[in-house]
Amino acid sequence: MTEDSSPHIPQTRPRYSATFDPGTISEIQRAAATGIYDIRGGGAKRKLPHFDDLLFLGASVSRYPLEGYRERCGTDVVLGTRFAKKPIHLKIPVTIAGMSFGALSGNAKEALGRGATAVGTSTTTGDGGMTPEERGHSQTLVYQYLPSRYGMNLTDLRRADAIEVVVGQGAKPGGGGMLLGQKISPRVARMRNLPEGIDQRSACRHPDWTGPDDLEIKILELRELTGWEKPIYVKIGASRPYYDIALAVKAGADVVVLDGMQGGTAATQDVFIEHVGIPILAAIRPAVQSLQDMGMHRKVQLIVSGGIRTGADVAKALALGADAVAIGTAALIALGDNAPELEAEYQKLGTTAGAYDDWHEGRDPAGITTQDPVLAARLDPVKAARRLANYLSVLTLEAQTIARACGKSHVHNLEPEDLVALTMEAAAMAQVPLAGTNWIPGRNF
Amino acid sequence: MSALQKTLLDAVIFDLAQEELRSLNAALQGLEDKTNRTEWNVLNPRGAHAIAVGVTATVSITIAGHAGYYCAGMNDGASITIQGNAGTGVAENMMSGLVHVKGDASQSAGATAHGGLLIIDGNAAARCGISMKGVDIVVKGNAGHMSAFMAQSGNLVICGDAGEALGDSLYEARLFVKGEVKSLGADCEVKEMSAEDKEILAGLLEQAGCSEKPEEFTRYGSARKLYHFHVDNAGAY
Repeated sequence: MTEDSSPHIPQTRPRYSATFDPGTISEIQRAAATGIYDIRGGGAKRKLPHFDDLLFLGASVSRYPLEGYRERCGTDVVLGTRFAKKPIHLKIPVTIAGMSFGALSGNAKEALGRGATAVGTSTTTGDGGMTPEERGHSQTLVYQYLPSRYGMNLTDLRRADAIEVVVGQGAKPGGGGMLLGQKISPRVARMRNLPEGIDQRSACRHPDWTGPDDLEIKILELRELTGWEKPIYVKIGASRPYYDIALAVKAGADVVVLDGMQGGTAATQDVFIEHVGIPILAAIRPAVQSLQDMGMHRKVQLIVSGGIRTGADVAKALALGADAVAIGTAALIALGDNAPELEAEYQKLGTTAGAYDDWHEGRDPAGITTQDPVLAARLDPVKAARRLANYLSVLTLEAQTIARACGKSHVHNLEPEDLVALTMEAAAMAQVPLAGTNWIPGRNF
Repeated sequence: MSALQKTLLDAVIFDLAQEELRSLNAALQGLEDKTNRTEWNVLNPRGAHAIAVGVTATVSITIAGHAGYYCAGMNDGASITIQGNAGTGVAENMMSGLVHVKGDASQSAGATAHGGLLIIDGNAAARCGISMKGVDIVVKGNAGHMSAFMAQSGNLVICGDAGEALGDSLYEARLFVKGEVKSLGADCEVKEMSAEDKEILAGLLEQAGCSEKPEEFTRYGSARKLYHFHVDNAGAY
């Protein structure tokens, strides 16, 4: 028998390793070439158990639905009813999460304020102080109190509507803020009292308190500084929510903000974003349980964030026990981030619309995550605000649609009993039954 | 009769054994710059937290005893004297004015303060001047470890010794130490004392009533090697 001399001998196809996949290989090569870890914006990009793994049951014979267009379904929320003389009353349960001037352009901050105000909700400052523009355009503005205290001053503290003590965020529980030199413009440097163009790496712990007992005294000071008027929020990254929420409440918080690992950041190490913290789906029930165990559920309000995209996500978060949600990444997308019409410019940056996350480089073609005045001028704050307001309205209408279908006259009447899970992981995390069963993994063990 | 008493000639006496802290702060924060109630004595502080915070009027406040955390926090114009020891974060985030601690100060004295002058007659504990953003601080005794950590701007004068890791991750603040420094933190180094430095130091020593001479001090500042990411600096942390 002779060998087959045909030129068409079948070849073994190139086979990629599941362990050393092309993305992993390129990251090893990049690390070897540069000696620096990968830094990027946004939140966790890996596939995670999420709200998509939950379904609402809706009404049927055993439950009455509400008429979709005829019967009222409330959406308002009051935040800070525990100690503050002036709680915040929002028309919708969707707020804008903290994002700094510095990370974002002045026009982007203005657009967030205008858009949020148009639909009756709040926006939040970030690690860089309060700008007159965002104060002026935000009817309700939450002032973040961060470890760096960049730009922190008495005047701004007193003209805020609420104060948010930031302990951590979902993208990096245990990490501090970061803003690279490309974005430390003269104005940003002046506001933060830093040399222009340096790589700013904020502290991860507050400079004048450590631990929950100190936090209680810090909250007392903030109340004394502001005449006990303003709600005090405490924001934490989701890691050990049961205990962290308990300690925040013990320290005197009016509102707790819980941010899951899908929550975005302006700039952080990719390894931090993808490997530290837990998904928001896994964090809400322990947080609510903590509040319930203390008899504080609905007395201390819970805002959750990290991967909220649709009205279904809003409704599911509320059904699990949150009082409101916050959005960051989705709000930027509504303003114009990752818009397909900018594809040619994303290509020049080595990426594509929908995947752009080099927010730390300050070269955002949409003019949102930049301090370059030419790029920033591309964002029309009035038009961008309208897009954000439209999007916030859609989120609210969608949440109402689901609430009415479940027979609820207010979105806050949604409850875990309205939900089932599609996967065992989601059933265990959300503590609702696997669809079609009455089995909640981990219950009664 | 209320413990709050006043005449045009006498200081306002506020007794914290009789009245609430909240009333004291509300009264002080409600003062306008043109007030004729310019002298305040706070009796029986007994270590209470957040005494005389957020005062914006240029009045003088004397606290007759020891104060707890955050005394004179975010002060913006007042002259506040603590006739005792001060707890954590005295004069934290001060914007302007004067805070004078006659005793010792606990940790994080003058943290993140943007302006004004903080004088500590005794010792300061750890992290004195942490993240300071323009304040001037004079410590007549020793200062604890990690003092001036991430200090951004302003001047820290230590007439005694400094603990470990002085000026770690320092930005543009100036540090002056007369005594020994146990160790310097990352990116902190000895600098030559310029004529401008000497003038600043002499002025602060005079304001604080110190008899030391600028020549007796060593000036420390940032080596600015860590201002940008570079893999070769990874060992600095």
